[in-house]
Amino acid sequence: MKNAMKKIYLILMLFYLYAPILVLIVLSFNEARSRVVWGGFSLKWYADLFSNETVMSALRTTLIIAFVSAFVATVLGTLACLGINRMKKAPRTVVMGMNNIPMMNADIVTGISLMLCFMAFGVTLSMQTVLLAHITFNVPYVILSVMPKLKQMEGSTYEAALDLGASPVYAFFKVVMPDLMPGILSGFLMAFTMSLDDFVITHFTTGAGVNTLSTLVYSEVRRGIKPTLYALSTLMFVSVLVLLILINVRPQKKRDVIE
Amino acid sequence: MGRKSFALPYIIWMVGFTVIPLAMIVFYGLTDRTGAFTLSNVAQIMTAEHAQALWLSVGLSVVSTLICLLLAYPLAMILKGISHSQNSLVVFIFILPMWMNSLLRTMAWQTILSNQGVLNAVLGFFGLPAVRIINTAGAIVFGMVYDFLPFMVLPIYNVLIKIGQDKVDAARDLGANGMQTFFRVIFPMSMPGVVSGITMVFVPSMTTFVISNLLGGGKVLLIGNVIEQAFTSGSNWRLGSGLSLVLMVFIFISMAVLAKYDPEGSNVI
Amino acid sequence: MERTLIDLRDISKKFGDTVVLDELNLTVRENEFVTLLGPSGCGKTTTLRIIGGFVQPTTGQVIFDGKDITKLPPNKRALNTVFQKYALFTHMNIAENIAFGLTIKGKSKDYIQDKIRYALKLVNLDGYESRSVDSLSGGQQQRVAIARAIVNEPKVLLLDEPLGALDLKLRQDMQYELIRMKKELGITFIYVTHDQEEALTMSDTIVVMNQGYIQQMGTPEQIYNEPENAFVADFIGESNIVDGIMLEDRLVEILGVKFPCVDEGFGTNRPVDVVIRPEDIRLSETEPGLLEGEVSHLIFKGVHYEMEVMAGGHEWLVHSTKCFPVGTKVSLNVKPFDIQIMNKPESEDEMAVEVDG
Repeated sequence: MKNAMKKIYLILMLFYLYAPILVLIVLSFNEARSRVVWGGFSLKWYADLFSNETVMSALRTTLIIAFVSAFVATVLGTLACLGINRMKKAPRTVVMGMNNIPMMNADIVTGISLMLCFMAFGVTLSMQTVLLAHITFNVPYVILSVMPKLKQMEGSTYEAALDLGASPVYAFFKVVMPDLMPGILSGFLMAFTMSLDDFVITHFTTGAGVNTLSTLVYSEVRRGIKPTLYALSTLMFVSVLVLLILINVRPQKKRDVIE
Repeated sequence: MGRKSFALPYIIWMVGFTVIPLAMIVFYGLTDRTGAFTLSNVAQIMTAEHAQALWLSVGLSVVSTLICLLLAYPLAMILKGISHSQNSLVVFIFILPMWMNSLLRTMAWQTILSNQGVLNAVLGFFGLPAVRIINTAGAIVFGMVYDFLPFMVLPIYNVLIKIGQDKVDAARDLGANGMQTFFRVIFPMSMPGVVSGITMVFVPSMTTFVISNLLGGGKVLLIGNVIEQAFTSGSNWRLGSGLSLVLMVFIFISMAVLAKYDPEGSNVI
Repeated sequence: MERTLIDLRDISKKFGDTVVLDELNLTVRENEFVTLLGPSGCGKTTTLRIIGGFVQPTTGQVIFDGKDITKLPPNKRALNTVFQKYALFTHMNIAENIAFGLTIKGKSKDYIQDKIRYALKLVNLDGYESRSVDSLSGGQQQRVAIARAIVNEPKVLLLDEPLGALDLKLRQDMQYELIRMKKELGITFIYVTHDQEEALTMSDTIVVMNQGYIQQMGTPEQIYNEPENAFVADFIGESNIVDGIMLEDRLVEILGVKFPCVDEGFGTNRPVDVVIRPEDIRLSETEPGLLEGEVSHLIFKGVHYEMEVMAGGHEWLVHSTKCFPVGTKVSLNVKPFDIQIMNKPESEDEMAVEVDG
């Protein structure tokens, strides 16, 4: 009884989370352009997708920004973790506090603060300014993923490697990095996802004519969104779903073999 | 293992892209066109239109935060029960939707909630009266809860899985029944996660302009909308900055409360 | 003899396909200090958790004070547990932790205050009321865990390896403290440990367990001096276990030599296991002995010397206060009373038993 209620609640909540996604997937196959009328099954929006230069260019911009910002944030964040880990309590608290600001702060405040700053220093808003902004809000996610792994790791493994004759650089790449890798990887993925999903900060820091998928959607809201964007979102969602399932299924099998 | 100087690039980055930009808001918010100090930008919050937007924002975000908490806590408990070690599964469930553009997902609620939408079709099917929810404050709360629920579930879940079974056993052993165990042990011990969750939901709800735009149909004006318009259509940066400063007071209070419970933000994701 | 307080009847527990306990029967008398002793995975903690109510047995009954409590949840049982990792509530201070059970029962403020003071005094932590859990050392936290349990005046205190996380000196101090507290409180203790020395020091009764079975139950002296099988002999202290043949009553042949002993009733010409404790072997350079050999290893252990002596094709472990350097030709002598004869294990299961204590 109790278990049945738990299951029902879980299913309801999952349904709530995924209902809009379902709606979008359905709409991507809708012949009609309307968001409320079903005009029959069609693949025309998928066909339109690849010939639609506006959408493809926004997709390119989005992916480039997401990848580059996540990559730079991962390098910057991982290095910062190693440094912060060595700090005394007081400076460490200050740095971690600053680190939390972009994550805790409202996106609108982060967005306009960066915009004001760029404008004040005479930097023209462009794809580069978006990139700088995304790196800024991505690093905290990397730090939050890597820091716990670093704390878990025993300092003695690094020292053991040195004791066995490894150089500090060799010990770092052969002993420390492998232990941190899961944290670094999840930090990267987190940053990539956050960048991909961001609208507000991009909205304030992007230049004329530079669109990511989010800003493209926002500008089309008034005119009525072309279902081409639903088709693109569906493709992105499904490919990530498949990818994540593949990643999550493989280690499971390995574990079974060991046991 | 590493040196302190490894943190230097990021510290410089934070100064350049977090601290200085925030200082810019303070500068614009507290100066007039000639660059002289003034409080008039901040005082603009007192005008009827702005004050109303502010209190509406506070009201709606308090409601949506409460709803999120009520929905998320049982969910986090259930998730704890089904996946003791498989943290990745839970993160997976809540991160995955983010791969479908958040604006589109919010738009989809328009489709579901609109007067001829899916929800009313379902209600009609069961012979229930249609609801007019789209373009109201209710729809905005709906959108806030939807968008920010994961930020409530994850911190609570992350704290709950750290509470060992032995604490629960100990409470039972000392005579507490299920309810007493929950209210005296589990819930108080999960407070850091609850506080993280509240902050993570309250701040974005309080400051959103997207959700009110998409689901409020432009009829509901939140403080986020006012600020956004000051920067985009109005190009009145000083007004926007002044109002942002007011907003930042709320944000800093939230952050201070959070810092007390969870100094390193370790429960957030 | 005090009356029976806890009676475990035919308790079995399976987790999936794994049998953790197999038809276990155990009685605990009032005011007894019982220790469940065995290697990890022997079922001792599961037994304790079944008594505490945290685990339901697959079959069997738990009788407490004449009543069947098998299905009773932990909060309805008149016993309390001291958990392995203390399980203190970190969001409460020490006084609030101790008051937890009493508050639930709705006791008056004054009563609770008195109890807290009394309990903290008993565990030597007077004045620690408002300290936070995190500010205490492991040993102090352990004491608070004990105080938190005993203020509820349980008839039985269950202790799950409570000293496992403490260092040696502190562990020994706490052993004496526990004995003192038990005397003062006059209640039953059921204690789980894998540490044989701890068990021998504190218990009235030791229950040696392995692979879900009780191997032997008895006083510390019985368990040490008269182990019933090779597992118990090996797990409790160090011993020489050799194959022998019981020629007749009071005479056993070991490595081709006849040894007089005191055991009877094994029949004639029967293969047996023979246990001889290392401190019961006397070495001599001059006197003749039952076996002749040569010292092959020597280690100074503080209280005594530990030697290995090759004699009759067997490596004998010998403890002695006298030092015999490596290479010394020695004779070995054992008093008949110090030879312990045991039946060979019957099942393959018991043969396969490994000792990791």
